[in-house]
Amino acid sequence: MKVLGLDTSTLMTTCAIMDEDKLLGEFSLNLDMSHSEALVPMIKSLMDNLKLEMKDMDLFAVSTGPGSFTGLRIGVTTAKSFAHVFDKPIVGVSSLEVLANNILSDKAIVPMMDARRDRVFTAVYKREEDRFREILKPDAIEVMELIKFLRDNIDSAILNGDGCLVYKDTINSEIGEMISFAPGELNLSRGSSVARLGLLKYIRYGSDDYYTLAPDYLRDSQAERNLKLQR
Amino acid sequence: MLTLAIESSCDETSCGVIKDGREVLSNIISSQIDIHRRFGGVVPEIASRKHVESINLIIQEALDEAKVGFNDIDFISVTQGPGLVGALLVGLSAAKSIAYGLNIPLVGVNHIEGHVCANYIEHKDLKPPFVCLIVSGGHTYLIDVEDYNSYTLYGRTRDDAAGEAFDKVARAMGLPYPGGPFIDSLASKGNKEKIEFPRVFLDDKTYDFSFSGLKTAVLNYLNGAKQRGEEIVLEDVAAGFQQAVLDVLVEKSFRLSRELGRDKIVIAGGVAANKGLREMMETRGIKNNIGIFYPSPRLCTDNAAMIGSAGYYNYINGKTSPLDLKVMPNLSFLD
Ligand SMILES: [Zn+2]
Repeated sequence: MKVLGLDTSTLMTTCAIMDEDKLLGEFSLNLDMSHSEALVPMIKSLMDNLKLEMKDMDLFAVSTGPGSFTGLRIGVTTAKSFAHVFDKPIVGVSSLEVLANNILSDKAIVPMMDARRDRVFTAVYKREEDRFREILKPDAIEVMELIKFLRDNIDSAILNGDGCLVYKDTINSEIGEMISFAPGELNLSRGSSVARLGLLKYIRYGSDDYYTLAPDYLRDSQAERNLKLQR
Repeated sequence: MLTLAIESSCDETSCGVIKDGREVLSNIISSQIDIHRRFGGVVPEIASRKHVESINLIIQEALDEAKVGFNDIDFISVTQGPGLVGALLVGLSAAKSIAYGLNIPLVGVNHIEGHVCANYIEHKDLKPPFVCLIVSGGHTYLIDVEDYNSYTLYGRTRDDAAGEAFDKVARAMGLPYPGGPFIDSLASKGNKEKIEFPRVFLDDKTYDFSFSGLKTAVLNYLNGAKQRGEEIVLEDVAAGFQQAVLDVLVEKSFRLSRELGRDKIVIAGGVAANKGLREMMETRGIKNNIGIFYPSPRLCTDNAAMIGSAGYYNYINGKTSPLDLKVMPNLSFLD
Protein backbone atom coordinates (compact mmCIF):
# COMPACT_ATOMS: atom_id res chain seq x y z
CA MET A 1 0.00 0.00 0.00
CA LYS A 2 1.59 3.28 -1.15
CA VAL A 3 1.06 6.30 1.05
CA LEU A 4 1.82 9.94 0.20
CA GLY A 5 2.40 11.95 3.37
CA LEU A 6 2.71 15.71 3.43
CA ASP A 7 3.13 18.41 6.05
CA THR A 8 3.05 22.19 5.71
CA SER A 9 2.19 23.05 9.31
CA THR A 10 5.54 24.77 9.97
CA LEU A 11 8.14 26.49 7.78
CA MET A 12 9.19 23.05 6.56
CA THR A 13 7.66 21.85 3.30
CA THR A 14 7.90 18.07 3.36
CA CYS A 15 6.48 15.12 1.45
CA ALA A 16 7.26 11.42 1.40
CA ILE A 17 6.07 8.24 -0.24
CA MET A 18 6.05 5.07 1.79
CA ASP A 19 5.13 1.55 0.75
CA GLU A 20 3.87 0.10 4.02
CA ASP A 21 6.89 0.34 6.32
CA LYS A 22 9.40 1.11 3.59
CA LEU A 23 10.33 4.69 2.81
CA LEU A 24 10.61 5.06 -0.98
CA GLY A 25 11.57 8.72 -0.93
CA GLU A 26 11.24 11.97 0.95
CA PHE A 27 11.82 15.61 0.01
CA SER A 28 11.97 18.35 2.62
CA LEU A 29 12.89 22.01 2.46
CA ASN A 30 13.29 24.13 5.56
CA LEU A 31 13.08 27.45 3.77
CA ASP A 32 11.03 30.50 4.53
CA MET A 33 9.22 30.22 1.20
CA SER A 34 5.62 29.81 0.31
CA HIS A 35 4.27 26.28 0.66
CA SER A 36 1.94 27.10 -2.20
CA GLU A 37 4.87 27.56 -4.58
CA ALA A 38 6.98 24.70 -3.24
CA LEU A 39 4.58 21.87 -2.43
CA VAL A 40 3.12 20.54 -5.68
CA PRO A 41 6.38 20.92 -7.69
CA MET A 42 8.16 19.08 -4.86
CA ILE A 43 5.63 16.24 -4.92
CA LYS A 44 5.92 16.07 -8.71
CA SER A 45 9.69 15.91 -8.50
CA LEU A 46 9.52 13.12 -5.91
CA MET A 47 7.04 11.17 -8.05
CA ASP A 48 9.12 11.67 -11.20
CA ASN A 49 12.27 10.44 -9.46
CA LEU A 50 10.45 7.36 -8.25
CA LYS A 51 8.78 6.87 -11.66
CA LEU A 52 5.42 6.95 -9.92
CA GLU A 53 2.21 8.81 -10.71
CA MET A 54 -0.41 10.20 -8.41
CA LYS A 55 -2.86 7.51 -9.45
CA ASP A 56 -0.44 4.88 -8.05
CA MET A 57 -1.06 6.16 -4.51
CA ASP A 58 -3.43 4.16 -2.30
CA LEU A 59 -3.70 6.58 0.60
CA PHE A 60 -3.11 10.27 1.22
CA ALA A 61 -1.98 11.44 4.66
CA VAL A 62 -1.72 15.07 5.71
CA SER A 63 -1.01 16.99 8.90
CA THR A 64 -4.18 18.78 9.90
CA GLY A 65 -2.74 20.88 12.68
CA PRO A 66 -2.07 22.71 14.79
CA GLY A 67 0.39 25.03 13.07
CA SER A 68 0.47 27.90 10.61
CA PHE A 69 -3.16 28.52 9.62
CA THR A 70 -2.24 29.28 6.02
CA GLY A 71 0.22 26.39 5.82
CA LEU A 72 -2.38 23.94 7.11
CA ARG A 73 -4.90 25.06 4.52
CA ILE A 74 -2.44 24.60 1.67
CA GLY A 75 -1.50 21.08 2.79
CA VAL A 76 -5.04 19.95 3.58
CA THR A 77 -6.51 21.36 0.35
CA THR A 78 -3.74 19.80 -1.73
CA ALA A 79 -4.15 16.36 -0.14
CA LYS A 80 -7.96 16.48 -0.24
CA SER A 81 -7.90 17.36 -3.92
CA PHE A 82 -5.57 14.44 -4.77
CA ALA A 83 -7.86 12.09 -2.86
CA HIS A 84 -10.89 13.63 -4.55
CA VAL A 85 -9.53 13.33 -8.10
CA PHE A 86 -8.71 9.64 -7.66
CA ASP A 87 -11.47 8.86 -5.15
CA LYS A 88 -8.90 7.41 -2.73
CA PRO A 89 -8.85 7.38 1.07
CA ILE A 90 -7.36 10.29 3.01
CA VAL A 91 -6.31 10.53 6.64
CA GLY A 92 -5.59 13.64 8.68
CA VAL A 93 -2.97 13.31 11.40
CA SER A 94 -1.95 15.59 14.25
CA SER A 95 1.07 17.72 13.39
CA LEU A 96 2.13 17.43 17.05
CA GLU A 97 2.21 13.64 16.80
CA VAL A 98 4.21 14.04 13.59
CA LEU A 99 6.83 15.98 15.56
CA ALA A 100 6.70 13.54 18.49
CA ASN A 101 7.32 10.69 16.05
CA ASN A 102 10.90 11.98 15.65
CA ILE A 103 11.69 10.93 19.23
CA LEU A 104 12.18 7.31 20.30
CA SER A 105 12.13 7.29 24.08
CA ASP A 106 10.28 6.08 27.16
CA LYS A 107 10.31 9.59 28.57
CA ALA A 108 7.50 12.04 28.04
CA ILE A 109 7.70 13.66 24.60
CA VAL A 110 6.74 17.31 24.31
CA PRO A 111 6.47 18.71 20.77
CA MET A 112 6.19 22.50 20.78
CA MET A 113 5.25 24.88 17.98
CA ASP A 114 5.52 28.62 18.46
CA ALA A 115 2.03 30.15 18.54
CA ARG A 116 3.41 33.65 19.28
CA ARG A 117 2.74 35.97 22.22
CA ASP A 118 4.33 33.54 24.72
CA ARG A 119 2.07 30.73 23.60
CA VAL A 120 2.85 27.36 22.10
CA PHE A 121 0.86 24.67 20.38
CA THR A 122 1.82 21.66 22.40
CA ALA A 123 0.88 18.31 23.86
CA VAL A 124 2.57 15.80 26.16
CA TYR A 125 2.80 12.23 24.90
CA LYS A 126 4.10 8.87 26.07
CA ARG A 127 4.92 6.22 23.50
CA GLU A 128 2.83 3.08 23.92
CA GLU A 129 3.70 0.44 21.32
CA ASP A 130 2.83 2.13 18.02
CA ARG A 131 0.64 4.89 19.39
CA PHE A 132 0.96 8.03 21.46
CA ARG A 133 -0.86 8.27 24.77
CA GLU A 134 -1.90 11.85 25.54
CA ILE A 135 -0.75 13.01 28.98
CA LEU A 136 -1.71 16.56 28.00
CA LYS A 137 -4.16 17.05 25.15
CA PRO A 138 -3.09 19.21 22.17
CA ASP A 139 -3.72 22.86 23.05
CA ALA A 140 -2.54 26.43 22.54
CA ILE A 141 -1.27 27.42 26.00
CA GLU A 142 1.17 29.83 27.57
CA VAL A 143 4.70 28.55 27.92
CA MET A 144 4.60 29.09 31.71
CA GLU A 145 1.46 26.99 31.91
CA LEU A 146 3.21 24.15 30.09
CA ILE A 147 6.24 24.46 32.36
CA LYS A 148 4.00 24.22 35.40
CA PHE A 149 2.24 21.17 33.98
CA LEU A 150 5.54 19.41 33.32
CA ARG A 151 6.90 20.27 36.78
CA ASP A 152 3.75 18.93 38.49
CA ASN A 153 3.15 15.82 36.39
CA ILE A 154 6.30 14.56 34.70
CA ASP A 155 9.62 13.13 35.90
CA SER A 156 11.59 13.72 32.75
CA ALA A 157 10.78 14.83 29.23
CA ILE A 158 12.28 15.40 25.78
CA LEU A 159 11.26 18.61 24.04
CA ASN A 160 11.32 19.25 20.31
CA GLY A 161 9.86 21.54 17.65
CA ASP A 162 10.62 25.19 16.83
CA GLY A 163 8.65 26.30 19.90
CA CYS A 164 11.11 24.80 22.37
CA LEU A 165 13.95 26.77 20.77
CA VAL A 166 12.09 30.08 20.99
CA TYR A 167 11.57 29.65 24.75
CA LYS A 168 14.75 27.69 25.47
CA ASP A 169 16.15 30.10 28.10
CA THR A 170 12.93 30.32 30.08
CA ILE A 171 12.46 26.55 30.01
CA ASN A 172 16.07 25.89 31.04
CA SER A 173 15.93 28.27 33.98
CA GLU A 174 12.59 26.89 35.22
CA ILE A 175 12.84 23.11 34.67
CA GLY A 176 16.29 22.62 33.07
CA GLU A 177 17.17 19.69 35.31
CA MET A 178 14.25 17.49 34.25
CA ILE A 179 14.13 18.04 30.49
CA SER A 180 16.37 17.63 27.49
CA PHE A 181 16.18 19.26 24.08
CA ALA A 182 16.18 17.12 20.95
CA PRO A 183 19.03 17.52 18.46
CA GLY A 184 18.37 20.22 15.86
CA GLU A 185 17.33 17.99 12.95
CA LEU A 186 14.64 16.33 15.10
CA ASN A 187 12.83 19.64 15.55
CA LEU A 188 11.42 19.45 12.04
CA SER A 189 8.37 17.65 10.69
CA ARG A 190 8.84 14.83 8.18
CA GLY A 191 6.58 13.63 5.42
CA SER A 192 7.56 10.07 6.32
CA SER A 193 6.17 10.50 9.83
CA VAL A 194 2.90 11.74 8.34
CA ALA A 195 2.75 8.74 6.01
CA ARG A 196 3.51 6.30 8.83
CA LEU A 197 1.03 7.77 11.31
CA GLY A 198 -1.53 8.13 8.53
CA LEU A 199 -1.29 4.48 7.58
CA LEU A 200 -1.61 3.35 11.22
CA LYS A 201 -4.64 5.58 11.70
CA TYR A 202 -6.20 4.35 8.46
CA ILE A 203 -5.79 0.70 9.48
CA ARG A 204 -7.33 1.46 12.88
CA TYR A 205 -10.14 3.87 12.01
CA GLY A 206 -10.53 3.92 8.22
CA SER A 207 -10.61 6.93 5.94
CA ASP A 208 -11.59 10.49 6.66
CA ASP A 209 -13.93 12.22 4.19
CA TYR A 210 -12.12 14.15 1.45
CA TYR A 211 -15.05 16.52 1.18
CA THR A 212 -15.18 17.59 4.81
CA LEU A 213 -11.67 17.07 6.19
CA ALA A 214 -10.52 20.43 7.57
CA PRO A 215 -7.55 21.77 9.52
CA ASP A 216 -7.60 21.47 13.29
CA TYR A 217 -6.46 25.00 14.14
CA LEU A 218 -6.91 24.71 17.93
CA ARG A 219 -7.60 28.45 17.94
CA ASP A 220 -10.52 30.56 16.79
CA SER A 221 -9.79 33.40 14.43
CA GLN A 222 -8.97 36.77 16.03
CA ALA A 223 -12.34 38.15 14.91
CA GLU A 224 -14.24 35.33 16.62
CA ARG A 225 -12.20 35.72 19.81
CA ASN A 226 -12.96 39.44 19.85
CA LEU A 227 -16.65 38.77 19.33
CA LYS A 228 -16.68 36.30 22.25
CA LEU A 229 -14.91 38.86 24.47
CA GLN A 230 -17.53 41.47 23.68
CA ARG A 231 -20.31 39.19 24.89
CA MET B 1 -12.76 22.25 -24.83
CA LEU B 2 -13.83 21.98 -21.17
CA THR B 3 -12.34 23.85 -18.26
CA LEU B 4 -12.93 23.35 -14.57
CA ALA B 5 -12.82 26.84 -13.07
CA ILE B 6 -12.16 27.74 -9.44
CA GLU B 7 -12.70 31.15 -7.83
CA SER B 8 -12.00 31.84 -4.14
CA SER B 9 -10.64 35.39 -4.04
CA CYS B 10 -13.00 36.74 -1.38
CA ASP B 11 -16.06 35.35 0.38
CA GLU B 12 -17.55 33.22 -2.41
CA THR B 13 -16.38 29.68 -3.03
CA SER B 14 -17.27 29.04 -6.64
CA CYS B 15 -16.55 26.26 -9.12
CA GLY B 16 -17.88 25.68 -12.59
CA VAL B 17 -17.45 23.81 -15.83
CA ILE B 18 -17.29 25.97 -18.96
CA LYS B 19 -17.20 24.90 -22.58
CA ASP B 20 -15.19 26.89 -25.14
CA GLY B 21 -15.18 30.01 -23.00
CA ARG B 22 -18.85 30.81 -23.59
CA GLU B 23 -21.13 27.96 -22.54
CA VAL B 24 -21.75 27.43 -18.84
CA LEU B 25 -22.36 23.79 -18.00
CA SER B 26 -22.33 24.64 -14.30
CA ASN B 27 -21.51 27.61 -12.09
CA ILE B 28 -21.91 26.78 -8.39
CA ILE B 29 -21.55 29.77 -6.05
CA SER B 30 -21.42 29.22 -2.29
CA SER B 31 -21.63 32.57 -0.56
CA GLN B 32 -20.41 33.09 3.00
CA ILE B 33 -22.10 36.45 3.28
CA ASP B 34 -24.30 35.46 6.23
CA ILE B 35 -21.24 34.38 8.21
CA HIS B 36 -19.39 37.66 7.65
CA ARG B 37 -22.35 39.96 8.16
CA ARG B 38 -22.09 39.81 11.97
CA PHE B 39 -18.53 41.15 11.68
CA GLY B 40 -19.62 44.03 9.43
CA GLY B 41 -17.40 42.92 6.57
CA VAL B 42 -15.39 40.02 5.24
CA VAL B 43 -12.99 38.54 7.82
CA PRO B 44 -10.09 37.07 5.81
CA GLU B 45 -9.23 34.27 8.26
CA ILE B 46 -12.83 33.09 8.45
CA ALA B 47 -13.24 33.32 4.68
CA SER B 48 -10.16 31.13 4.22
CA ARG B 49 -11.44 28.58 6.73
CA LYS B 50 -14.80 28.32 4.99
CA HIS B 51 -13.14 27.88 1.59
CA VAL B 52 -11.17 24.83 2.81
CA GLU B 53 -14.27 23.27 4.33
CA SER B 54 -16.36 23.52 1.20
CA ILE B 55 -14.13 23.64 -1.87
CA ASN B 56 -14.10 19.94 -2.76
CA LEU B 57 -17.85 19.69 -2.25
CA ILE B 58 -18.39 22.65 -4.57
CA ILE B 59 -16.04 21.16 -7.17
CA GLN B 60 -18.02 17.91 -7.10
CA GLU B 61 -21.31 19.78 -7.36
CA ALA B 62 -19.98 21.63 -10.40
CA LEU B 63 -18.95 18.37 -12.08
CA ASP B 64 -22.26 16.70 -11.23
CA GLU B 65 -24.37 19.55 -12.55
CA ALA B 66 -22.31 19.63 -15.76
CA LYS B 67 -22.70 15.83 -15.95
CA VAL B 68 -18.97 15.33 -16.47
CA GLY B 69 -16.13 13.74 -14.51
CA PHE B 70 -12.57 14.86 -13.80
CA ASN B 71 -11.33 12.95 -16.85
CA ASP B 72 -13.45 15.05 -19.22
CA ILE B 73 -11.67 18.26 -18.15
CA ASP B 74 -9.05 19.66 -20.56
CA PHE B 75 -7.50 22.31 -18.32
CA ILE B 76 -7.96 24.07 -14.97
CA SER B 77 -8.68 27.80 -14.68
CA VAL B 78 -8.08 29.45 -11.32
CA THR B 79 -8.06 32.96 -9.90
CA GLN B 80 -4.48 34.03 -9.20
CA GLY B 81 -5.39 37.48 -7.83
CA PRO B 82 -6.23 40.10 -6.86
CA GLY B 83 -7.98 39.12 -3.65
CA LEU B 84 -7.42 37.96 -0.08
CA VAL B 85 -4.18 36.01 0.07
CA GLY B 86 -5.41 33.21 2.36
CA ALA B 87 -8.61 32.81 0.37
CA LEU B 88 -6.81 32.74 -2.98
CA LEU B 89 -4.37 30.11 -1.67
CA VAL B 90 -7.16 27.59 -1.08
CA GLY B 91 -8.45 27.78 -4.65
CA LEU B 92 -4.95 27.75 -6.07
CA SER B 93 -3.92 24.73 -3.97
CA ALA B 94 -6.92 22.75 -5.19
CA ALA B 95 -6.29 23.84 -8.78
CA LYS B 96 -2.61 22.85 -8.77
CA SER B 97 -3.38 19.53 -7.13
CA ILE B 98 -6.05 18.66 -9.69
CA ALA B 99 -4.00 19.89 -12.67
CA TYR B 100 -0.99 17.85 -11.61
CA GLY B 101 -3.06 14.81 -10.62
CA LEU B 102 -4.83 14.75 -14.00
CA ASN B 103 -1.71 15.88 -15.86
CA ILE B 104 -3.52 18.76 -17.59
CA PRO B 105 -2.58 22.44 -17.96
CA LEU B 106 -3.13 25.03 -15.24
CA VAL B 107 -4.20 28.56 -16.21
CA GLY B 108 -3.91 31.34 -13.64
CA VAL B 109 -6.48 34.06 -14.27
CA ASN B 110 -6.62 37.72 -13.31
CA HIS B 111 -9.90 38.10 -11.43
CA ILE B 112 -10.58 41.45 -13.08
CA GLU B 113 -10.22 39.98 -16.55
CA GLY B 114 -12.74 37.41 -15.36
CA HIS B 115 -15.27 40.17 -14.70
CA VAL B 116 -14.81 41.45 -18.27
CA CYS B 117 -15.28 37.94 -19.67
CA ALA B 118 -18.53 37.41 -17.74
CA ASN B 119 -20.00 39.39 -20.62
CA TYR B 120 -18.89 36.78 -23.19
CA ILE B 121 -20.96 34.26 -21.29
CA GLU B 122 -24.00 36.51 -21.04
CA HIS B 123 -23.87 37.78 -24.64
CA LYS B 124 -22.93 34.91 -26.94
CA ASP B 125 -22.29 37.20 -29.94
CA LEU B 126 -20.34 39.91 -28.13
CA LYS B 127 -16.90 40.33 -29.68
CA PRO B 128 -14.15 42.89 -29.14
CA PRO B 129 -13.42 45.69 -29.76
CA PHE B 130 -15.38 47.60 -27.12
CA VAL B 131 -14.93 50.03 -24.28
CA CYS B 132 -15.29 48.38 -20.87
CA LEU B 133 -16.08 49.98 -17.53
CA ILE B 134 -15.08 47.70 -14.65
CA VAL B 135 -16.64 48.69 -11.34
CA SER B 136 -16.57 46.60 -8.17
CA GLY B 137 -15.91 46.76 -4.45
CA GLY B 138 -12.17 46.75 -5.03
CA HIS B 139 -11.67 48.14 -8.52
CA THR B 140 -12.61 50.87 -10.95
CA TYR B 141 -11.07 50.68 -14.42
CA LEU B 142 -11.94 52.19 -17.77
CA ILE B 143 -10.32 50.17 -20.54
CA ASP B 144 -10.39 49.51 -24.26
CA VAL B 145 -10.74 45.85 -25.18
CA GLU B 146 -9.09 45.61 -28.60
CA ASP B 147 -9.23 41.84 -28.75
CA TYR B 148 -9.61 38.82 -26.44
CA ASN B 149 -6.71 39.13 -23.99
CA SER B 150 -5.66 42.48 -25.45
CA TYR B 151 -6.46 45.52 -23.35
CA THR B 152 -5.42 49.15 -23.02
CA LEU B 153 -5.90 50.95 -19.73
CA TYR B 154 -7.28 54.50 -19.95
CA GLY B 155 -8.56 55.27 -16.47
CA ARG B 156 -8.50 53.94 -12.94
CA THR B 157 -9.42 55.19 -9.51
CA ARG B 158 -6.84 57.25 -7.67
CA ASP B 159 -8.28 56.39 -4.26
CA ASP B 160 -11.43 54.44 -3.34
CA ALA B 161 -13.06 52.06 -5.78
CA ALA B 162 -16.63 52.96 -6.72
CA GLY B 163 -18.05 49.93 -4.93
CA GLU B 164 -15.98 50.73 -1.86
CA ALA B 165 -17.53 54.21 -1.74
CA PHE B 166 -20.98 52.61 -1.93
CA ASP B 167 -20.18 50.27 0.97
CA LYS B 168 -18.68 53.00 3.16
CA VAL B 169 -21.54 55.42 2.57
CA ALA B 170 -24.03 52.62 3.22
CA ARG B 171 -22.35 51.85 6.52
CA ALA B 172 -22.51 55.50 7.55
CA MET B 173 -26.22 55.48 6.70
CA GLY B 174 -26.70 52.45 8.96
CA LEU B 175 -27.51 50.05 6.11
CA PRO B 176 -26.56 46.38 6.38
CA TYR B 177 -23.42 44.93 4.77
CA PRO B 178 -22.83 44.85 1.81
CA GLY B 179 -24.45 48.21 1.24
CA GLY B 180 -24.32 48.70 -2.53
CA PRO B 181 -27.65 47.06 -3.39
CA PHE B 182 -29.41 48.87 -0.52
CA ILE B 183 -28.21 52.26 -1.79
CA ASP B 184 -29.40 51.34 -5.28
CA SER B 185 -32.90 50.49 -4.10
CA LEU B 186 -33.15 53.50 -1.75
CA ALA B 187 -31.90 55.77 -4.55
CA SER B 188 -34.70 54.65 -6.85
CA LYS B 189 -37.20 56.06 -4.32
CA GLY B 190 -35.32 59.32 -3.67
CA ASN B 191 -34.93 62.72 -5.31
CA LYS B 192 -31.49 62.86 -6.90
CA GLU B 193 -31.56 66.66 -7.22
CA LYS B 194 -32.34 67.34 -3.56
CA ILE B 195 -28.77 67.12 -2.29
CA GLU B 196 -25.85 68.11 -4.49
CA PHE B 197 -22.64 66.14 -3.98
CA PRO B 198 -19.33 66.79 -5.82
CA ARG B 199 -18.49 65.09 -9.13
CA VAL B 200 -14.72 64.71 -9.02
CA PHE B 201 -12.79 64.95 -12.31
CA LEU B 202 -16.06 65.12 -14.27
CA ASP B 203 -14.87 67.82 -16.66
CA ASP B 204 -11.22 66.93 -16.34
CA LYS B 205 -9.36 65.57 -19.38
CA THR B 206 -8.25 62.52 -17.40
CA TYR B 207 -10.09 59.21 -17.55
CA ASP B 208 -9.12 58.55 -13.94
CA PHE B 209 -11.65 58.52 -11.11
CA SER B 210 -11.67 59.63 -7.50
CA PHE B 211 -14.42 58.79 -5.04
CA SER B 212 -12.94 59.47 -1.63
CA GLY B 213 -13.86 63.20 -1.69
CA LEU B 214 -17.43 62.31 -2.58
CA LYS B 215 -17.57 59.76 0.24
CA THR B 216 -16.29 62.38 2.70
CA ALA B 217 -18.89 64.90 1.43
CA VAL B 218 -21.68 62.41 2.14
CA LEU B 219 -20.31 61.61 5.61
CA ASN B 220 -20.03 65.35 6.36
CA TYR B 221 -23.58 65.91 5.19
CA LEU B 222 -24.87 63.12 7.45
CA ASN B 223 -22.93 64.37 10.49
CA GLY B 224 -23.93 68.01 9.86
CA ALA B 225 -27.61 67.15 9.52
CA LYS B 226 -27.46 65.06 12.69
CA GLN B 227 -25.81 67.89 14.65
CA ARG B 228 -28.31 70.45 13.43
CA GLY B 229 -31.10 68.05 14.31
CA GLU B 230 -32.39 68.03 10.75
CA GLU B 231 -34.34 65.10 9.42
CA ILE B 232 -32.24 62.90 7.12
CA VAL B 233 -34.13 61.50 4.17
CA LEU B 234 -32.03 58.42 3.41
CA GLU B 235 -33.67 58.00 0.00
CA ASP B 236 -32.56 61.48 -1.07
CA VAL B 237 -29.03 61.02 0.29
CA ALA B 238 -28.73 57.70 -1.54
CA ALA B 239 -30.11 59.19 -4.76
CA GLY B 240 -27.83 62.23 -4.61
CA PHE B 241 -24.76 60.14 -3.83
CA GLN B 242 -25.46 57.48 -6.44
CA GLN B 243 -26.10 60.09 -9.10
CA ALA B 244 -22.78 61.79 -8.36
CA VAL B 245 -20.97 58.46 -8.87
CA LEU B 246 -22.92 57.50 -11.99
CA ASP B 247 -22.53 60.88 -13.71
CA VAL B 248 -18.75 60.48 -13.67
CA LEU B 249 -18.74 56.79 -14.64
CA VAL B 250 -21.15 57.25 -17.52
CA GLU B 251 -19.69 60.49 -18.86
CA LYS B 252 -16.16 59.08 -19.04
CA SER B 253 -17.26 55.81 -20.60
CA PHE B 254 -19.05 57.61 -23.42
CA ARG B 255 -16.24 60.09 -23.88
CA LEU B 256 -13.75 57.25 -24.34
CA SER B 257 -15.99 55.38 -26.76
CA ARG B 258 -16.35 58.58 -28.81
CA GLU B 259 -12.58 59.17 -28.79
CA LEU B 260 -11.84 55.60 -29.92
CA GLY B 261 -14.80 55.29 -32.26
CA ARG B 262 -16.19 52.25 -30.44
CA ASP B 263 -19.88 51.39 -30.84
CA LYS B 264 -20.18 49.20 -27.73
CA ILE B 265 -19.79 49.88 -24.01
CA VAL B 266 -19.58 46.87 -21.71
CA ILE B 267 -20.05 47.09 -17.93
CA ALA B 268 -18.33 44.56 -15.67
CA GLY B 269 -17.90 43.89 -11.94
CA GLY B 270 -20.18 43.83 -8.93
CA VAL B 271 -21.46 47.38 -9.43
CA ALA B 272 -22.60 46.38 -12.96
CA ALA B 273 -25.63 45.00 -11.13
CA ASN B 274 -26.58 48.55 -10.09
CA LYS B 275 -29.95 49.38 -11.70
CA GLY B 276 -29.31 53.10 -11.74
CA LEU B 277 -26.07 52.60 -13.66
CA ARG B 278 -27.68 50.26 -16.19
CA GLU B 279 -30.59 52.58 -16.86
CA MET B 280 -28.42 55.66 -17.26
CA MET B 281 -26.04 53.84 -19.61
CA GLU B 282 -28.90 52.51 -21.71
CA THR B 283 -30.62 55.88 -22.01
CA ARG B 284 -27.38 57.51 -23.16
CA GLY B 285 -26.65 54.52 -25.38
CA ILE B 286 -29.89 54.88 -27.31
CA LYS B 287 -29.28 58.61 -27.78
CA ASN B 288 -25.71 58.07 -29.00
CA ASN B 289 -26.33 54.86 -30.93
CA ILE B 290 -23.99 52.85 -28.74
CA GLY B 291 -24.77 49.28 -27.68
CA ILE B 292 -24.74 48.71 -23.91
CA PHE B 293 -23.90 45.28 -22.49
CA TYR B 294 -23.74 43.99 -18.94
CA PRO B 295 -24.02 40.57 -17.26
CA SER B 296 -27.07 39.30 -15.40
CA PRO B 297 -26.78 39.89 -11.62
CA ARG B 298 -25.52 36.35 -10.92
CA LEU B 299 -22.63 36.83 -13.35
CA CYS B 300 -21.83 40.26 -11.88
CA THR B 301 -20.91 38.77 -8.54
CA ASP B 302 -17.71 36.77 -8.11
CA ASN B 303 -18.24 33.45 -9.86
CA ALA B 304 -16.19 30.66 -11.40
CA ALA B 305 -17.80 30.78 -14.85
CA MET B 306 -16.21 34.13 -15.62
CA ILE B 307 -12.82 32.75 -14.55
CA GLY B 308 -13.39 29.79 -16.87
CA SER B 309 -14.17 32.12 -19.76
CA ALA B 310 -11.06 34.22 -19.14
CA GLY B 311 -9.07 31.01 -18.66
CA TYR B 312 -10.23 29.76 -22.06
CA TYR B 313 -9.08 32.87 -23.92
CA ASN B 314 -5.75 32.75 -22.07
CA TYR B 315 -5.37 29.08 -22.88
CA ILE B 316 -6.05 29.37 -26.61
CA ASN B 317 -3.57 32.26 -26.68
CA GLY B 318 -0.92 29.95 -25.23
CA LYS B 319 -0.88 31.41 -21.73
CA THR B 320 -0.63 28.53 -19.26
CA SER B 321 0.94 28.61 -15.79
CA PRO B 322 3.59 26.54 -14.04
CA LEU B 323 2.85 24.47 -10.92
CA ASP B 324 4.82 26.94 -8.78
CA LEU B 325 2.37 29.71 -9.71
CA LYS B 326 2.25 32.39 -7.00
CA VAL B 327 -0.92 33.96 -5.70
CA MET B 328 -0.92 37.71 -6.35
CA PRO B 329 -3.16 39.39 -3.75
CA ASN B 330 -2.35 42.84 -5.16
CA LEU B 331 -2.35 41.88 -8.82
CA SER B 332 -3.48 44.91 -10.76
CA PHE B 333 -4.95 45.04 -14.21
CA LEU B 334 -2.77 46.30 -17.03
CA ASP B 335 0.09 48.13 -15.39
ZN1 LIG C 1 -14.82 40.50 -8.17
